[in-house]
Amino acid sequence: MRNFTTVRAVLRKGALALAGALLVAGSAFAQEPIRIGSFLSVTGPAAFLGDPEQKTLEMVVERINAEGGVLGRKLQLVAYDDGGDAEKARTFAKRLIEQDKVDAIVGGSTTGTTMAAVPLVEAAQLPFVSLAGAVVIIEPVKKWVFKTPHTDRMACEKIFADMQARKLSKVALISGAGGFDKSMRAECLKVAPKYSIEVVADETYGATDTDMTAQLTKIRASGAQAVLNAGFGQGPAIVTRNYRQVGLTLPLYQSHGVASMEYVKLSGPAAEGVRLPAAALLVPELLAANDPQKPIVTAYKRDYEGRFKSDVSTFGGHAYDGLLLVVNAIKRAGSTDKAKVRDALEATQGYVGTAGVVNMSPSDHMGLDLSAFVMLEVKNGTWSIVK
Amino acid sequence: MAHVEATVSRPAGLRLRQWAASPRGGGLLALAVVIALLPLVLGNNYFYEIAILVALNAIVCVGLNLLIGYAGQISLGHAGFFALGGYGSAILSGSHGWPTWLAMPSSCAAVGVLAFVVGRPTLRLKGHYLAMATLGLGIIISIVLSTEDRITGGPDGMPVPPLALFGWSLRGEHTWYWIAGAGLLLAVWLALNLIESPVGRALRALHGSEIAAETVGIASARYKLKVFVLSAVFAAVAGALTAHYAGFITPSKASFMHSVELVIMVVFGGMASVFGAVVGAAILTTLPQLLTVLKDYEMMVFGAVLIATMVFFPQGVVPTLGRWLRRGSR
Amino acid sequence: MGSQWLQYVASGLTAGAIYALVALGFSIIYNASQAINFAQGEFVMIGGMTAVTLVGAGTPLAVAVPLAVLAAVAVGLLLEKVAIEPARKADTVTLIIITIGASLLLRGLAQLVWDKRVHSLPAFSGDRPLQLMGATVLPQSLWVLVGAALAVAGLSWFFGRTLFGKAMLATSYNPLAARLVGINTRTVLFVSFGLAAGLGALGGVLIAPIAFTSYDSGIMLGLKGFAAAMLGGLGSFGGAVLGGLLLGLAEGLGAGFVSSAYKDAIAFVIILAVLFFMPGGLLGARRSDRV
Repeated sequence: MRNFTTVRAVLRKGALALAGALLVAGSAFAQEPIRIGSFLSVTGPAAFLGDPEQKTLEMVVERINAEGGVLGRKLQLVAYDDGGDAEKARTFAKRLIEQDKVDAIVGGSTTGTTMAAVPLVEAAQLPFVSLAGAVVIIEPVKKWVFKTPHTDRMACEKIFADMQARKLSKVALISGAGGFDKSMRAECLKVAPKYSIEVVADETYGATDTDMTAQLTKIRASGAQAVLNAGFGQGPAIVTRNYRQVGLTLPLYQSHGVASMEYVKLSGPAAEGVRLPAAALLVPELLAANDPQKPIVTAYKRDYEGRFKSDVSTFGGHAYDGLLLVVNAIKRAGSTDKAKVRDALEATQGYVGTAGVVNMSPSDHMGLDLSAFVMLEVKNGTWSIVK
Repeated sequence: MAHVEATVSRPAGLRLRQWAASPRGGGLLALAVVIALLPLVLGNNYFYEIAILVALNAIVCVGLNLLIGYAGQISLGHAGFFALGGYGSAILSGSHGWPTWLAMPSSCAAVGVLAFVVGRPTLRLKGHYLAMATLGLGIIISIVLSTEDRITGGPDGMPVPPLALFGWSLRGEHTWYWIAGAGLLLAVWLALNLIESPVGRALRALHGSEIAAETVGIASARYKLKVFVLSAVFAAVAGALTAHYAGFITPSKASFMHSVELVIMVVFGGMASVFGAVVGAAILTTLPQLLTVLKDYEMMVFGAVLIATMVFFPQGVVPTLGRWLRRGSR
Repeated sequence: MGSQWLQYVASGLTAGAIYALVALGFSIIYNASQAINFAQGEFVMIGGMTAVTLVGAGTPLAVAVPLAVLAAVAVGLLLEKVAIEPARKADTVTLIIITIGASLLLRGLAQLVWDKRVHSLPAFSGDRPLQLMGATVLPQSLWVLVGAALAVAGLSWFFGRTLFGKAMLATSYNPLAARLVGINTRTVLFVSFGLAAGLGALGGVLIAPIAFTSYDSGIMLGLKGFAAAMLGGLGSFGGAVLGGLLLGLAEGLGAGFVSSAYKDAIAFVIILAVLFFMPGGLLGARRSDRV
């Protein structure tokens, strides 16, 4: 019997040693590359966000290395999949900081995963560019935390401004159960009075629901003049189809969470006439010739769609911007010293990215304003810009 | 009928050595040694984090193992108790300003009461129906936690204040390593004591045949309920500790997936084996970290490993290894 | 108000029909092995995703659908041979863990073979909603209901009229006795997996035009199908169908009349209530233990 317990203890130590060896082997590298860490929701409920983000980061790192790297050094991407779980994200953020010793982190597909990592990067004093949407990430401003996507509050304001211009004042909200949906719904309820909007119905659906006709039937009876669907993933596509199915003809607005041709294709002809705020990335062909964003977004769209054979989405664009912001900051700082890179990030002015023109400041760690959003409408199965 | 062995006077040192040489006592000692010496190989805070997560998961698994392995019941909703323990402590200490040394036990006691109330009708069910009922409970808990965002912060979860004792804020991986390690030792000791006690023997009789056990006078319903509540409290304690360690908690801690992970850890390590539960938790917490190198292949490989292990180690890793070793030493 | 009722019922029954198909798969495998097959939901996903690939490659829908179902059946049979048979002497709990591992394996493979995006199938007979007494119903919903009904009818004929079907029924009543009269219970298990996979895949193909499909769409459907099977009484075919339809209805009516946020919780509360009062499920056998 004594043999058994000591053998077990030895087995445990052996397993740990093996684990340690594997981890060290995974991160050992001959030269000194610049390590960019990332934790993304590549699988799970936020795969809609994480998958294009991961692909984009890989693509851009390869391109930068092919062009000679940064400051004469290669870029190395260390990326983990948190599956949309905030606890896993925290463990991976810790792994990136402590074990992989990265120089900066570009990641956090969702607000939940981002906020889980915020205390860690603040304590470790490491620049962190988040790819998530909620306003709480940069408000109040945290010294080491930046973000690239437009906030959900900006999306609400853009949508409500458009509704106001169309003289629509009674609005029905329908949103999903996820963090993005709830956050955007809360922001929209807060800013609605500013645009003389009255919310007359507030329906919700579950993340994996396949039929929203019940909720839409209730909305149809509520006296609303327009409907706003604050959601992302496949829910909005089902809402859109059910919308036409129950015979609703009121103007339907979607969120920037479905800013992708994938949404249009999934919804089919039901998407006709739907409006949503999006980055110029979705419509490079429609931009004016002298628009500073045009060359950037045209090139990114061509590269992404050519390589991955799937439609470009604004989320991949956020990852593109995040990585380039960090790379540019490293170049301007002249080193990977974390404090210098952070200062350079905060001093970013006039960076033209897929989301818009970025001007950061000590009080604004996102750098975009409402003009970075374009209001798009689906016409004949493709995007058109609403003037 | 007194325990005759104990009344025979023997020097305390001899008794201690005999206990340490027994499989149970020896195992506990070995575990204590591993916990004490592990920091020598833990290189950085990331490794400490993994060790802490292993210990906290092991606490839940030791409790769940009492229910599944010894009492022969199944629960596919234990993540619900885990999450409630965490959220309870978070809400009491975060939103209501209770000191954490009060919030934590109160939350765990409340979960125990809930388990008692819910357990009585549920444990009348058998086999797969019990699994379904516990699954349903876990899902209801996770939906409520996700929906009542004014109290719980919604799907993105809520922040949790750090554990504080006598004015000292307990943060940092090194401090928590010892807290988690001590918690695990305590949990294992409690479980071992329970198994050796008359309650434990009654449970094993129950597992063998509930009807036969009742004919010899074992009130099966009462014992099943006791173990159910105890395992729920273990889970709640682990949940509260995890919440205070991580600094936040999300409703995904109550998810069906998490419940399934916990059951896998118990079965994988070996049912009816306290140390099996610890080993199962250790392997299944570290394995995903190792498999990240496989990127897109991770899920597939994990599934394959699970299948292969259960095919070759149908009793779980520890009991099967134990049997092989015993056969080898004969 | 009346038309609202009908709308909820219509959408509830559509979902319910799919749950019924998945639940039937659970019951069939349970009857042959006393184990729960947690990979059942993945068969639904395989059916849907395979059909999407075939249609995307130009196959006409009428050919893609049966091919997709056959592909899933093949996967089910393979799974039984590779993962279940070697462990058939093991504990029920061990078997359950194996099926969980199988579900992860299948999902991981799906991630690689296909992708992580959401896909849709063209509706079988168009998208124009039909007006039925004030409720709007998609033609695809009718396909779902008819398809499920045909599958159930086919199963009844199979179990009631064919020799092998009766052998499978015998195995579910008493495996030992079945073996004594010469029924090869291993073959019964083998065929059960194929049958369950086919039913699941049929559900997946029928629902994909309405609810979309992706590499992880099997998780929720598997869970709900399991709940439906339990509600109706595990092992009872009528129970699986009844459980599925009732679960769908509970969800649809719950979303409409009570709260869309809590609709899933309502469904589970109902299931729990039923189980507490009828511990064998609605149509499950009243168990009596032999001492």
